[in-house]
Amino acid sequence: MADFDLIVIGSGPGGYVAAIRASQLGLKTAIVERELLGGICLNWGCIPTKALLKSGEVFEKLSHLADYGVSASEPKADLEKIVARSRGVAKQMNSGVAFLMKKHKIEVIEGAATLEKGSPAPKVVVKLKAGGERTVQAKSVVLAVGARSRPIPQIGLEADGERIWAYREALVPKSLPKSMLVVGSGAIGVEFASFYRALGCEVTVIEAIDRIVPVEDEEVSKAAQKAFERRGIKFRVGAKVTKVSKSKAGVSIDLEAGGKAETLTADVCIAAVGIVANTDQVGADKVGLELDRGHVKTGPHGETNVPGLYAIGDCAGSPWLAHKASHEGIHCVEHIAGFKSPNVHSPIAGCTYTQPQIASVGLTEKQAKDQGREPKVGRFPFRVNGKAVAAGEIEGFVKVVFDGKTGALIGAHMLGAEVTEMIQGYVTAITLEATEEDLQSTVYPHPTMSEAMHEAALDAYGRVLHL
Amino acid sequence: MTDILMPALSPTMEEGGLAKWHVKPGDKIEPGQVIAEIETDKATMEVEAVDDGEIAEILVPEGTQGVKVNTPIARLKGDAAAPAPKPAEAPKAEAPKAAEPAKAEAPKPASAPAAAKAEGGERIFASPLARRLAAQAGLDLKAIKGSGPHGRIVKSDVDGAAKGGVAAPAGAAQPAKAGAEPRQVLSLEQMGIAPGSYDLVPLDGMRRTIARRLTDSFRDVPHFPLTIDLEIDGLLAARAKLNALLEKSGVKVSVNDFVLKASAMALKLVPEANASYTPDGIAMHHHADVAMAVAIDGGLITPIIRACETKGLAQIAKESKDLAERARSRKLKPEEFQGGTFSVSNLGMFGIKSFASIINEPQGAIMSVGVGEQRPVVKNGVLAVATVMTVTLTCDHRVVDGAIGAKFLQAFKSLLEDPVTMLA
Ligand SMILES: Cc1cc2nc3c(=O)[nH]c(=O)nc-3n(C[C@H](O)[C@H](O)[C@H](O)COP(=O)(O)OP(=O)(O)OC[C@H]3O[C@@H](n4cnc5c(N)ncnc54)[C@H](O)[C@@H]3O)c2cc1C
Repeated sequence: MADFDLIVIGSGPGGYVAAIRASQLGLKTAIVERELLGGICLNWGCIPTKALLKSGEVFEKLSHLADYGVSASEPKADLEKIVARSRGVAKQMNSGVAFLMKKHKIEVIEGAATLEKGSPAPKVVVKLKAGGERTVQAKSVVLAVGARSRPIPQIGLEADGERIWAYREALVPKSLPKSMLVVGSGAIGVEFASFYRALGCEVTVIEAIDRIVPVEDEEVSKAAQKAFERRGIKFRVGAKVTKVSKSKAGVSIDLEAGGKAETLTADVCIAAVGIVANTDQVGADKVGLELDRGHVKTGPHGETNVPGLYAIGDCAGSPWLAHKASHEGIHCVEHIAGFKSPNVHSPIAGCTYTQPQIASVGLTEKQAKDQGREPKVGRFPFRVNGKAVAAGEIEGFVKVVFDGKTGALIGAHMLGAEVTEMIQGYVTAITLEATEEDLQSTVYPHPTMSEAMHEAALDAYGRVLHL
Repeated sequence: MTDILMPALSPTMEEGGLAKWHVKPGDKIEPGQVIAEIETDKATMEVEAVDDGEIAEILVPEGTQGVKVNTPIARLKGDAAAPAPKPAEAPKAEAPKAAEPAKAEAPKPASAPAAAKAEGGERIFASPLARRLAAQAGLDLKAIKGSGPHGRIVKSDVDGAAKGGVAAPAGAAQPAKAGAEPRQVLSLEQMGIAPGSYDLVPLDGMRRTIARRLTDSFRDVPHFPLTIDLEIDGLLAARAKLNALLEKSGVKVSVNDFVLKASAMALKLVPEANASYTPDGIAMHHHADVAMAVAIDGGLITPIIRACETKGLAQIAKESKDLAERARSRKLKPEEFQGGTFSVSNLGMFGIKSFASIINEPQGAIMSVGVGEQRPVVKNGVLAVATVMTVTLTCDHRVVDGAIGAKFLQAFKSLLEDPVTMLA
């Protein structure tokens, strides 16, 4: 006899949201968490980084006060207080999840779970935090165990908490390093670079691909690099790290770029070269769970090859984003509960909270071309947008990609202040299957930076107004 | 314990086959969930649960033929209210005709509260992209079932229909079936007409609607015509007098206005002719809402004189003039041309002697009016001259039988030939 209808392992944005949805659908649900409710996202990811970045942004603004006709004397950034604020924000979110679990009558089992063969779903054996072991059986089990920072031991890139940091260490610095090397220019890498640079650290970002933020549209990569360089961040792109060595004084990194070798030194280095799924610690082999380079292989509803076992979120593959994890969690649980959700396909947008911000959704121009979509592309720079000029935020642009044959909006790419708040307009449009006509006919309020989204849609068809 | 009974797919169905079970004992079911497929010689239909509960037992196994309507086919645990299952879908063999109110409701996607399509109002819920893709592929949105929120037609539905197959799975839901497969038509080239030997005028919405509705009607409604000659000298005299009287007010009553009035009154006298066939029964309309066909640029439209039997000739003349004018300038509101109970089509002005129109569903009949002209007539064995007009009533035999149609035409004839009787 099953103890629960559903057991969720891992309480990140994938797991805890799945549990809430399951409870809403009437499933008796438990959630197992070995560390902190809310997972990486709330405790060591999305939320605390955004708190740090906000402090950095506020501090940076202070150095431009004169531009706004305002002055203040001797602004100071207190790292200890900045970190304490970030931890406080994370704590608040974490307690929020505890409340939500209680509210939805979801039993929280504190401890580390492993799977064992069972029917109709694998058994869940929990090594309890409080000591001892508890075995629970459910009709279905959802794996939402997330991922952790990827080390590359072969070249010595392994967090030691001293000279080499991963995101956990980077979130709680004890003192501000004078100089820093960031390996990897994905969202996490450039966000930390942006934060530490704002506080005055000398930052160099090393990227193996020939451009930064490689998942973004090429134009965004180029413009973002320029914008970051204006703030004093240095880059080495197309540079392969061959060795990371540390000493009492700091760390040095050997790299190879364009056939030339170079050695960079700094106080510390941050490893931001991706993640590994936490599937190695859940007894995947004991139940014969199929993996693909560490990530669980899943079907359209998160089904795995093991009956009754599902997987969602970071542990089930890219994109490694919190909202993707939550969405998969909801979709999977609705499938388990037999709930018929309407046929809606929403794309997953990606947001990077640097200064300026980056936000994108759908296909890049190049991907659209490669897929034979004969894209129609429109652009609009914030430099001529009234609100952006008034706010002193003229960096960046909006770029949209339409399918040349059907006029469907298939991609959008933005760089600029608050574009992470704007992208959902395009996400909604794609979800509702909008075409260029819908976006061109939509009335955007004035003055807003979103007007650039309108202009870009007009520009794609040669109708731009303010350029 | 509650039994689930064999449903009737149509009012006349007595028995059917249990083609497939979608549930098994122990399964929880909820309202709207497809639990089985039932088939007759004509169609296969999905059966939705009405109440929730748990299947205790399957009483009629899959593949059983000749299951009588109302036989228990499965049993539910507990004491849930009797779940009369309802058919989930229009029969697959038949093209959906949203024109019929009863059917417009039937083809629901399993989870959505409303069908995407609504005839008449022409309000189809479809995403902008779905609309464009359907237009590009030459597909009729009406024939496509929506699987999006509230039954909205989305891209994957159109893609599915374009492939002639089923729409993509609705999230976790069962795949929604496309309503009807588009009729396969050979291209002109395949039929020996060389490309370049003609110009192609794109199909606009009106042309598509006319093509679809009249094809559906002509294919699916059993049409038959009844023809009768009327002598209208009395009418012409009455009309001349009436118009002289109305001259100051600027109103001019046409022969067609008399036709509208007389047909409305005849419909009240023979109410069986003022009726619509629906699978649930014959709808006997309370009023004679008479639609008049108006030719306009690029097609035709049928604005309606509502409760025409209650209106005087002057009023009808005013309304019909206004409706025709606004029809030509395409200024009619949807409610002004949707939902009549009877139609009149007049081609007399083109010298057409007689013709038989196609029924405008869900109406039970349509009257085709020819030219009024002097013709030799034989009266009491003597050859004479009279102004004669031929009208043809096309009837939907499912609702208007020959005798009813004939009774209606008799009533119509006596009213029109002796217009004073219209004052009664
Ligand atoms: C620095 C940083 C910044 C980020 N910023 C963003 C951002 O701005 N926007 C965004 O969308 N995403 C961001 N991400 C990514 C985001 O955090 C992840 O995509 C998201 O947390 C994935 O959610 P998840 O539920 O799959 O897994 P996680 O959040 O990783 O949660 C997994 C949980 O499972 C628990 N667990 C693992 N194994 C077991 C076990 N055996 N037994 C019990 N419990 C177990 C873990 O303790 C953890 O709490 C960021 C990530 C990092 C590291």
